[in-house]
Amino acid sequence: MTTAQRTAVRAVGTGHVRVEGRDKVTGAARYAGDVPFAELGYGWLVLSTVARGRIRDIASGPVLEMPGVLAVLDHRSAPRLETDYVGLLGIRPDPTCAVFQHDTVPHLGWPVALVVAQTPEQAREAAESLAVEYETLPHDIAFDGDRPDARPADGIMPAVTDKGDLAAELAASAHVVDEEYTTPEEHHHPMEPHAATARWEDGRLEVVDSNQGAAWVVGELANLFRLDPGSVRVRSEHVGGGFGSKGVRAHQVAAVMAATVLRRPVRVALTRPQMFALAGHRSPTVQRVRLGADADGRLRALDHRSVSRTGTHYEFVEPGAGVARVMYDADAHHTENRVVRLDVPSPTFMRAPGEAPGAFALESALDELAEKCGIDPIDLRLRNEPATGPVSGLPFAPRNLRACFEEGARRFGWARRDPRPGVRREGRWLLGTGTAAASFPAGAAPSTAAVTAEADGRFTVRTAAADIGTGARTALTLVAADALGVAPERVTVRIGDSAFGFAMIAGGSMGTRSWSMAVMAAAGELRERLAPGMDIPAEGITVRSDTTARLAALTAVERHSYGAQFAEVAVDPATGEVRVRRMLGIFAAGRIVNPLTARGQFTGGMIWGISMALHEEALRDPAFGGPVGADLAGYHVATHADVPRVEADWVDDTDPDDPVGIKGIGEVGIVGAAAAIANAVWHATGVRHRSLPIRPDRVLTAGSDA
Amino acid sequence: MKEFDYRRAPDVPGALALLDDRPDARYLAGGTNLVDLMKSGVERPARLVDVRELPLDRVEPTPDGGLRIGATVTNSDLAAHPEVRRRYPVLAQAVLAGASGQLRNMATVGGNLLQRTRCAYFTDTAKPCNKRAPGSGCPAVTGEHHNHAVLGASRSCVAVHPSDMAVALAALDAVVHYETADGPGELPLGWFYLPAGDTPHRETALPAGALITGLTLPPAPVAARSRYRKVRERASYAFAIGSVAAALDVRDGVVRDARLAFGAVASRPWRARTAERVLIGAPATARTYADAAGAELAAARPLPHNGYKVPLMHNLTVAVLSELTGEAAR
Repeated sequence: MTTAQRTAVRAVGTGHVRVEGRDKVTGAARYAGDVPFAELGYGWLVLSTVARGRIRDIASGPVLEMPGVLAVLDHRSAPRLETDYVGLLGIRPDPTCAVFQHDTVPHLGWPVALVVAQTPEQAREAAESLAVEYETLPHDIAFDGDRPDARPADGIMPAVTDKGDLAAELAASAHVVDEEYTTPEEHHHPMEPHAATARWEDGRLEVVDSNQGAAWVVGELANLFRLDPGSVRVRSEHVGGGFGSKGVRAHQVAAVMAATVLRRPVRVALTRPQMFALAGHRSPTVQRVRLGADADGRLRALDHRSVSRTGTHYEFVEPGAGVARVMYDADAHHTENRVVRLDVPSPTFMRAPGEAPGAFALESALDELAEKCGIDPIDLRLRNEPATGPVSGLPFAPRNLRACFEEGARRFGWARRDPRPGVRREGRWLLGTGTAAASFPAGAAPSTAAVTAEADGRFTVRTAAADIGTGARTALTLVAADALGVAPERVTVRIGDSAFGFAMIAGGSMGTRSWSMAVMAAAGELRERLAPGMDIPAEGITVRSDTTARLAALTAVERHSYGAQFAEVAVDPATGEVRVRRMLGIFAAGRIVNPLTARGQFTGGMIWGISMALHEEALRDPAFGGPVGADLAGYHVATHADVPRVEADWVDDTDPDDPVGIKGIGEVGIVGAAAAIANAVWHATGVRHRSLPIRPDRVLTAGSDA
Repeated sequence: MKEFDYRRAPDVPGALALLDDRPDARYLAGGTNLVDLMKSGVERPARLVDVRELPLDRVEPTPDGGLRIGATVTNSDLAAHPEVRRRYPVLAQAVLAGASGQLRNMATVGGNLLQRTRCAYFTDTAKPCNKRAPGSGCPAVTGEHHNHAVLGASRSCVAVHPSDMAVALAALDAVVHYETADGPGELPLGWFYLPAGDTPHRETALPAGALITGLTLPPAPVAARSRYRKVRERASYAFAIGSVAAALDVRDGVVRDARLAFGAVASRPWRARTAERVLIGAPATARTYADAAGAELAAARPLPHNGYKVPLMHNLTVAVLSELTGEAAR
């Protein structure tokens, strides 16, 4: 076979259905819990029923006598783990995944044992029969914004940024907004629950998993079990959603432990209720925003302080105050993230960590300031467009927020909007419209890829990317096709396997940008090596790439995706019902690789914004310390009937200085969406809602003296 | 999960014999609630007697102008039945306001009547609950109760009944028919559900081992103009936080007849008889409707976090009655 056929038609930028779409809709695609193994043992996690205390005794004896039971692992019998290390993302492991190492119970739903049996039914029955005796200690889950024990904490960004004299600028301001905003505990809940199967073969550990980064999970498991990373392989071919929750968790570690002890393959899957405790979540936030502006709306003072909550055993900071560091400048500018440690499970990264709750507060406050200044909310934002990074002072890579608002306003019909609140009625409904800005960082991290020219004229790309439902596999197919100069049909992309080498996770909206750099580098070099008419040997010709040096050489700039969110809502003031009637999001998010799946990601984020604005909320019972109604009947997300016409589109966002021009699109869609809806609720009713979700009871009782 | 014995009943006497008054046996129809409760461990039956194939799936007119509805008629078929839609629109609307299309295709009339509360303490076997484990306590009173009862609640239990269908049936004076080994019996809906009192685990007046065979709806001309409205925390697929089933007959500006029942406010569907007494004979005005709602809700005893239900039910009652009046005027 020769390499003569090449195409000049570009694949990137035209819509392509998912390359694995047919497999998924026909059921041929196997998810982690579906892959069959001979002699498979089924593990069932037993979680603590107390919110704080110590394990006194676990009566494993009677359970071991139950039908089919193979083993009970707990802190007395489980293999020891190493937890003193820093993982791939530069963070220490969440001790929740280091199961069965001690008798301390730091929160309700802490894993205390694993029961393994020959069938899942036997494992479950035995696990539910396992008697665990606790010494119960008093717990504290009372979260509010005034906790004296909340302290500044860095997490993924510095805790505090500060410039100028806040008090002086606020005092000199013609208009001041000073309000508190709250967001509740929220959970990821991908459709596919977490599941992993571990087995040993010839001294090598293999884990079939559902995760956001196979190489990432290899690194964590190798560290935890003190293994040579080269002897661990993790595969994660299809993933039914992750949203930040699918790193290393208790189930993979428990499965590896059980496979090690029993010397047979063991699968551990989380149930939906268990995910409330073990899959991570988004902390509630209490945020105070103070804005001071001149009469013309120019910001003199911006102060955004966010308090979040973490477990006593692990610190994760939900950095709600970070978004102001990118979005708006002021003469005095202060942002601060604080955290308080309580007896709750560890929060973690959840779709747009920081930006999602932070933009709700900040973009609501901007709307309040627009009202006070008598300035159109879009005008107010555009008047405060910063020239350089408000905190970093760095230049912006193209910042096309203005274009998003201009195009969005035109298509939404913003110019016809009457700014007065509470004056539009249609039957029992009050109508209103609102807007908000969005941004999310466009980062990249080192990755490797291998591209092979096969003897049959096809090309194979191998990279340990993860397609968690985003369409990444298809996007990389298009990127590779263009880099090779061939039609996408001639390219096979293989992902989700740590054997392919190191690669960035599907997270931080960095996946496609990071992997594309590696794929383009390898494919570009391969293309140069292939002379027309050249014979390809049977084993093919393979070129490998590693983007570490290339990324280190990139000039530091403020590089972000942006968006303008618009929403129209209807509110029945008699019942408190809020319905979103339409949404429009216009984004500036670099080169859009696959418009079909990109639109799905943007609208998916916006729909999540509807849920965030109106539905999502995990309530904890103060007496028991755990969530109430821990299932998808109790934890509401938007249904189809809640989702109106949602449109997403984008403006040109070319960056000639960037090697790939691709930015992340996975998270920016949710940012600002809840604020746009809340601002529309104000416009409909004249009442501000500063606490999410905007439930019927809150609408009914807001603004009344009752 | 616990192993159980599964039997399919050939006919009604066979179903009764298979259940055999065993306290650990349950009738299984659509299974849309029972199977969930088995998964969560709230129900651990040793035997399931499947009654879905019994010949109780007909909707038929009664000689007096009412309807008889078989116990295994699916919720979907009930809501779609032309005579239900024509004579008792409130019932079709209530059924369609519940669950999802898939669940309504499985769920039956008999099972819907017997579904259990969705109080999160009841469905979590790690928590105390007087309904599930009598005498263990009610954590909802001091815990999370923003969707709990404001009317007729006891100190033992503040859970609400989840059914939408049963709210319409309460307004329509439905009668529940059942069969026991000793012969048939019937219970008006108003007596079918027991007040929570100190025995919230006893939910209905059905004799032990009884099998619901059907319902009858007496003729109700007032129901020709009737409506069900449900408020919930999302637009679909959620239980009510408040609902109203109403029927109204207005002539010459005066309320001649009225039926009113509330959902999601009490341990059972709440027939608002106090409000009906205010309505009947009074001018068909928003003022009357507000007076009626106020009279019924004067008995409300909200908990710290569900006080909103009182204005919600007040507003919803006035809105639904006003809509029905507007319809009558057209």
